[in-house]
Amino acid sequence: MRELSLHILDIAENGITAGADCIHILVEEDRTTDLLTLKITDNGQGMPAEKIKKLTDPFVTSRTTRRVGLGLSLLAAAADRCAGRLTVETEPGAGTEVGATFRYSHIDRAPVGDMAATITTLIMGNPQIDFVYTHIIDGEEFTLDTRELKAEMGNLSLTNPVVVHHLTASIRHSLGQLIAKNGP
Amino acid sequence: MAKLTIEDLKKIKEQTAKSTSLRDGDANVKITVHMGTCGIAAGARAVMNALMEEMAAADRQDIRVVTSGCMGMCSSEPNVTVEIQNGEPIVYQHMDSNRMRQVFKRHALLGEVQTDFALAKM
Repeated sequence: MRELSLHILDIAENGITAGADCIHILVEEDRTTDLLTLKITDNGQGMPAEKIKKLTDPFVTSRTTRRVGLGLSLLAAAADRCAGRLTVETEPGAGTEVGATFRYSHIDRAPVGDMAATITTLIMGNPQIDFVYTHIIDGEEFTLDTRELKAEMGNLSLTNPVVVHHLTASIRHSLGQLIAKNGP
Repeated sequence: MAKLTIEDLKKIKEQTAKSTSLRDGDANVKITVHMGTCGIAAGARAVMNALMEEMAAADRQDIRVVTSGCMGMCSSEPNVTVEIQNGEPIVYQHMDSNRMRQVFKRHALLGEVQTDFALAKM
């Protein structure tokens, strides 16, 4: 994947397939410790313990449309080549937490990319699911909680195309400010 | 801690109220963007974003956009399915933003199937 935000979109879609109704997404960029952390937590059906060992084996998948599953394998490979690692914590019935770490300055680390596009794609395509997105850059934090947004918007749907359009612009603006605050 | 402020939301709300006619009703057109790992890697997010822009410009409340997983046709991703009520769902293949805009304007809005991009009828 060209951007880490695409991995995030992919893993979040896994959570949705697992029957989650709320997904937490955390991106933490910490340049002082040279660490980039991603965490995607869902409250879906989780997985049995024996499955965890085989998670990053591309030839193990729960899908039925084809026999390979690449999502977690790709993320694991991306983390591995940047001196980081993939962690998965899961329990049947209790959801799944997928974490990935990267050395921030590693030459092979893909850029975080367009997080606003990832978040609004998730919101637009999955109106019944809530998302809590937290992005931290050197201690400065931005959060977006669709439960709050839904309450605030009243009868205006979050999937209304015009709302989505403005939401994208608004997230981009806020993230831009976060980056500007911290310098290059 | 930065947040989407209430002010931001109010602004979004106002702008939306100004530019949309809030017609509620059933969806007559359903557009599915397939978002499996294969689709995402092939550029499905860019397709989705182009679609969101076209949706915002068209202001049609009867068009519903959903995402779904891989349908097993990974080599032809990004795939998009357009289904007009009482019509056959058409699967489009190798989509990009420009193709998406064309399919949206011609097929979703006007009902003309874009056979050049089509993979199959379902």
